[in-house]
Amino acid sequence: MKFQKKMARTQQDIPTASLPDIIFMLLIFFMVSTVLREVDIQVTYTLPEAVMVEKIDNKRLLSYIWIGNDERIQIDDSIVPVGAISNIAYSKRMNNPNVIMSLRIDRGSRMGIVSDVQQELRRADALRINYSALVKL
Amino acid sequence: MFRKKKRPGGEISSSGLADISFLLLLFFLVTTTIDVDTGIDLVLPPWVENAEQIAVKSENIANLLVNEVGDVLLDEKIIGVPQIKGEMIARIKANPKLIISYKTVRDTPYKIYIDVMDQLKMAYEELRSEYAREKFGISLDQANEDQIQEIRKAIPQRISLAEPTQAEG
Repeated sequence: MKFQKKMARTQQDIPTASLPDIIFMLLIFFMVSTVLREVDIQVTYTLPEAVMVEKIDNKRLLSYIWIGNDERIQIDDSIVPVGAISNIAYSKRMNNPNVIMSLRIDRGSRMGIVSDVQQELRRADALRINYSALVKL
Repeated sequence: MFRKKKRPGGEISSSGLADISFLLLLFFLVTTTIDVDTGIDLVLPPWVENAEQIAVKSENIANLLVNEVGDVLLDEKIIGVPQIKGEMIARIKANPKLIISYKTVRDTPYKIYIDVMDQLKMAYEELRSEYAREKFGISLDQANEDQIQEIRKAIPQRISLAEPTQAEG
């Protein structure tokens, strides 16, 4: 008796022609969801922690102000004096009326400088702020 | 005579296309920041040149003072930071019109400011979720947009930020 291996008559290999399409789909998803980081942070800071933090769903509304542990203030790509903040914030508000100023302040900063920045923001009518904080577990 | 010559294999192989798109995909995967920003939301009061003084009945104000070493003074009484939440809940329940006047000195560390702010937010959150339970029989995160608006209207956050003063001495 002869044992012969059965051979399927159908084609054996999986078609890979649609593989690039799948990859392109993934690619487009990541391209759309990416927000490229465009600034270098020049100040060092450690964020405080809080329980009642909220997520900000719309990152594109955000505009950041960093205050480092040496009380230097950075907006966009440069270190600015306190007095210049209101003009910058005002022009940001002109470009985007719903701007949320995200304050990323070192936990050891003193309230004096924080308050000065807030007064400048009030002057520029950029009233929506967000104290950036980490989630306390 | 002029017959078109048939050439063998006139196709461009497209198997490399997947590799190229993989490379692009990897680039975007690496540069994407998925982490969401978290923080405490606050709306500042608008700037007015000559702020008119509005008299508020003194029983409607809770004075919250924080000094440069983080001692908290609530209406002349020293309390610890974790106690603020409970104290505030009791006081707002007793007087729904209560305005919390939150004042620091210029040397108060930002971390303590955030801790106290967190306590105040927690107090309001608890009051609101209690209201949601009683009124609608649901928890706060189940409430829809209209219900949230109503809850916010019923229990508004009345936190007044006073400008920090220079510490004496």
